[in-house]
Amino acid sequence: MTTVLQHLTDGLTRSMEGDKRVFLLGEDLLDPYGGAFKVTRGISTRFPERVLTTPISEAAIVGIATGMAMRGLRPVVEIMFGDFVTLIMDQVINHASKFRWVYNNNVSVPIVVRTPMGGRRGYGPTHSQSLEKLFLGIPGVRVLAPNTIGDPALLLQNAIADDDPVVFIEHKLLYACHRLEIGKGDLVDGEVEQFGERYPTYNIRFSSKPQISIATYGYNFEIVRKVALEVLYEREIFTEIIVFSQLSPFNLMPLAESLSKSHHLLTVEEGSSNLGWGSEIAARIAESDLNNVKIRRVGALDFPIANTKTLEDLILPSQSVIKKAIYDLME
Amino acid sequence: MLLIRRFEERLLEEFSSGKLAGTTHAYIGQEANAVGIFDVLHKDDIIFSNHRCHGHYLAYGGDPYLLAAEVMGKSTGLVGGRGGSQHIHLRNFYSNGIQGGIVPIATGMALAEKYIKSKRITLVFLGDGTLGQGIIYESFNFASLWNIPVLFVVENNRYAQTTPIEIAVAGNIPDRFKAFGINTWECNSTDVVKIREDSEQAVNFVRSNMQPAGLILQTYRFAAHSKGDDFRKPEEIASNKKSDPLLIHGNRLEKTDREMAESEITWIINEAFSRADQDPYPGSNNLPPILL
Ligand SMILES: Cc1ncc(C[n+]2csc(CCOP(=O)(O)OP(=O)(O)O)c2C)c(N)n1
Ligand SMILES: [Mg+2]
Repeated sequence: MTTVLQHLTDGLTRSMEGDKRVFLLGEDLLDPYGGAFKVTRGISTRFPERVLTTPISEAAIVGIATGMAMRGLRPVVEIMFGDFVTLIMDQVINHASKFRWVYNNNVSVPIVVRTPMGGRRGYGPTHSQSLEKLFLGIPGVRVLAPNTIGDPALLLQNAIADDDPVVFIEHKLLYACHRLEIGKGDLVDGEVEQFGERYPTYNIRFSSKPQISIATYGYNFEIVRKVALEVLYEREIFTEIIVFSQLSPFNLMPLAESLSKSHHLLTVEEGSSNLGWGSEIAARIAESDLNNVKIRRVGALDFPIANTKTLEDLILPSQSVIKKAIYDLME
Repeated sequence: MLLIRRFEERLLEEFSSGKLAGTTHAYIGQEANAVGIFDVLHKDDIIFSNHRCHGHYLAYGGDPYLLAAEVMGKSTGLVGGRGGSQHIHLRNFYSNGIQGGIVPIATGMALAEKYIKSKRITLVFLGDGTLGQGIIYESFNFASLWNIPVLFVVENNRYAQTTPIEIAVAGNIPDRFKAFGINTWECNSTDVVKIREDSEQAVNFVRSNMQPAGLILQTYRFAAHSKGDDFRKPEEIASNKKSDPLLIHGNRLEKTDREMAESEITWIINEAFSRADQDPYPGSNNLPPILL
């Protein structure tokens, strides 16, 4: 069975094979090391001229990639840890995301910034965060996150083929996960409906009359689907899980469709839930013509992510916290 | 140079009479820099300019009408009114309003051109004040390590908005390039002929060696940084005006030629502004979703 990590490596490799304009830039990318999380392993050996290992200069790496993109190449940047995206914000917000529109569609900036986010590995406050919310709602920036329902390789290839800037969020724990096969294993009774082709949303339901819709993305889907089975066995609560591959811009339709049946919404993210992704979803549902939707948000507590496991487990949303939120909501 | 001078004067007039909103950064006093350098560039070389971009744009050969319309916010402007004074694009000319942020981008452009073996070089403008931004040193490092054909042009007008160089830039500017092993040329003149000569060496070096270089131009702006924000001593400005690049070069021309140039340029600028004035503003039909 293939891991998400291998799928991502495959996706990068295929993009590089298929398109000579694709370059990789990032820190410590060269073999034999092959990048801090090994997504680029093997690629510098196959394409030595197109894998550029860089000094520790996150901001300039993204700036250089932006310039390359504006002159016809398709650079993919790896930021070693998602926590370091703070350093690239000016390049993304004031440069890459603006040029196409501000220059009246006379240029395009096809760059992808890939980065591993997330905790639960004891890396502490500056190597564990989920900072993708900083990129949500920025005009001109697309934010994607692979998951085990869809094809991570294809999602990445589509991102690389996109003519606009993409921030591609890879949760560290997702790398070792396997792609799910519908009708097998944990999803034995689940039915999957896919919305959209390029950057799909997946609705996974265990009944045609779900009682609660759970919106999530990336690795947190792995946690949520375990909880979904628990609440089904413990209290016969039927959930529908809505897994987003694209976090921004936001597409309400698949979730709204589910909520029109369930009228209960839970959002689950690993970033701090205060003013987060789930907050935006809650606001959109409140503004929509869906009536009487009860809402809960689950995310990290408002603390830096502690190094020690006991505190990290308390700060990040756990299986039991998600389960409790479901039971509260259904009361 | 005269076109730039008169264009910028006209803009400042329009701003002070309240006809224009927003901001502008006049190139008055620095005209010889862009005119001198661009004369030795190839037609398809790439230029990344900064907030003070009007003079660069006009020296590039950009149409004054399109720029006037852009600054007025008209849909016929260079970028349809979306960018305004500081954010323009025409062919291989780009500008943006964040100090220093354009430097890695220009470096990346030059790298891309090197990969596709186009022989184009890329030139990027920085002010003395922008030497305070860390990202430019990241870019110098890359440019030097990877032999990127980019020319970093520092227009040292000795002020950043109201801040004099003495309290903003430590050490000396050439050393900042030397630290990265980047060859640097300096020009201490406001004579366009001299600037052209020194630029030619730097430009040729970048093109023939496919390596970065620095070009430091000592210059002075005669107008305010933007509008009404000038706190420099009037005597200082007056004494710098003695080496006005227009005077220096103008003295080489016959009086009748100067008068002819003056009347031709007055006509071009009047045309540009009155034509742009008639143009429509962009409306809400110009706002489809930015991403699908
Ligand atoms: C990142 C950033 N900080 C501050 C500003 C505001 N600002 C615009 S121009 C300027 C001064 C720039 O000075 P210098 O680099 O010397 O260029 P000059 O204006 O003299 O041409 C400042 C502070 C900005 N545009 N971008
Ligand atoms: Mg200055």
